[in-house]
Amino acid sequence: MSQTTAAPRRHVVAAVGEIPPGGRKLVEVAGRRVVVFNLDGEFFALGDRCPHQGGSLAAGCVTGHVSSPGPGEYSYSRRGEMVRCPWHYWEFDIRTGRSRFDPNRVRTRRYEARVEAGAALRDAVALPEGPYRAETFAVRVEDDYVVVDA
Amino acid sequence: MNVIQAPSQLAHPGKPAAATLGLVDVDIHPRAHGLADYKPWLSERWWNYAQEYGARARHGFTGGQPPFPKAQPLACRRDAWPPGGGTPASDLNFLRSHHLDAHGIDVGVLNPLQPSGQGDRNNGFSAAMAHAVNEWQLETWLRPEPRLRGSVVVPYEDAAASAAEIRKRAGDPNFCQVLMMSRTAEPAGNPRYWPIYEAAAEAGLPVAFHAFGYSGWAMTNTGWPSFYIEEVSEHATSCQNQVTSLVVEGVFERLPALKVVLIECGFAWLPSVAWRLDRHWRHLKAEVPHLRRAPSEVIREHIWVSTQPMEEPEVGRHLKDVMGWIGWNRILFATDYPHWDFDDPRAALPATLPEEHRRDIYGGNARGVYGF
Repeated sequence: MSQTTAAPRRHVVAAVGEIPPGGRKLVEVAGRRVVVFNLDGEFFALGDRCPHQGGSLAAGCVTGHVSSPGPGEYSYSRRGEMVRCPWHYWEFDIRTGRSRFDPNRVRTRRYEARVEAGAALRDAVALPEGPYRAETFAVRVEDDYVVVDA
Repeated sequence: MNVIQAPSQLAHPGKPAAATLGLVDVDIHPRAHGLADYKPWLSERWWNYAQEYGARARHGFTGGQPPFPKAQPLACRRDAWPPGGGTPASDLNFLRSHHLDAHGIDVGVLNPLQPSGQGDRNNGFSAAMAHAVNEWQLETWLRPEPRLRGSVVVPYEDAAASAAEIRKRAGDPNFCQVLMMSRTAEPAGNPRYWPIYEAAAEAGLPVAFHAFGYSGWAMTNTGWPSFYIEEVSEHATSCQNQVTSLVVEGVFERLPALKVVLIECGFAWLPSVAWRLDRHWRHLKAEVPHLRRAPSEVIREHIWVSTQPMEEPEVGRHLKDVMGWIGWNRILFATDYPHWDFDDPRAALPATLPEEHRRDIYGGNARGVYGF
């Protein structure tokens, strides 16, 4: 049961400069594919696998939120804050992982992501695992890093 | 219990475990880089015509292109663009690795779409293009890749020219069906199209109706819809018209060996169309005395359907009811690769469908209808 679930570990997934505003990076943490987004300096991490048929959200397009109070009226907001699966165009809120069409029931997993200073990270985090090991790097005390809890 | 994966699954991580009779994808769309790909098989006259005048769909103002913008560029999966350049499904090597190998597809059926010349207002150009597209399939796809089978593209608005093209391909195992579109200039059962069906039956080739076709008619009975979502949903009604016409005109009475495959038009509507036809047929037999059997009986004997995009009712049992009515041996698996509404074989068929039926849908049924 859930008592045995381990607390999430911190994973350094990128140096801050590696993911510019509007950019994203596909990483593997704790055996899971996770896509990390930068929304104007805020970082968000979502499970990469679309809950529909498994398309990679990292390969989808990023768009805004189109809403309508009624036929013939439209507004476009939250530019750059929605990601759409490259296959069937299912749309997810990058901030929450919730789907556009059924936010309460259909979502992709959201992971905590934030920026931490290198000095605070040394000896305290798990480095990325798995096939992405080649992308690992030394954490330098003078730089900032994107950290994902998983 | 130890679970031992079959070797084929290890080699092809995207192959569903239930595909024990093979995995057959009846809807793959190869794409030419441009008209120049067809040049080797177009006479100078038609190559010059293509340059000077180009394709002319019966639809006005579309330049031969689909009238509704699609959800994604070229209506394709965004991850299907070959890394080496070119458009999705224009590169055999990438199609192999990205699709055939990844999913362990044993047989893939090609359905070339525009620019194919189908439905062009100039019948001569349509016939020349169809012939060139068929030669292009052979040269570019079918001879180099034994897993692929072609569809005989026909200039279907010119039935005599279509029949001639079918007879040229008869007996060539590279081709497994004749390809028409679901929106023709007149209902598909009209006797003007019968030479196509006669030639197909004679060659032992099923006739496939694939969604689309720029016939000049609006895609709904009340005119042009406003949205792409309407266009994709109305593919179902386009096939309803074609099935009704084929049955009522007596095509299957004339050609008892003819098989018709509906591709990308869904299928949950098929029982209700048949029930309605049966009801009216009981009263109106005298109007169509050539129709000697109930329409539902004819439909279940002559029509096959494909999965993608499949209706997904909330209650799983409803899907089973519909599939059972149509016939578990009548449903063929399709991905629609590389289009954006592609179905992944691992996820397309709900696990609530009994495994032996999934096995048949993935492979056995296609082997039956096409004789693979």
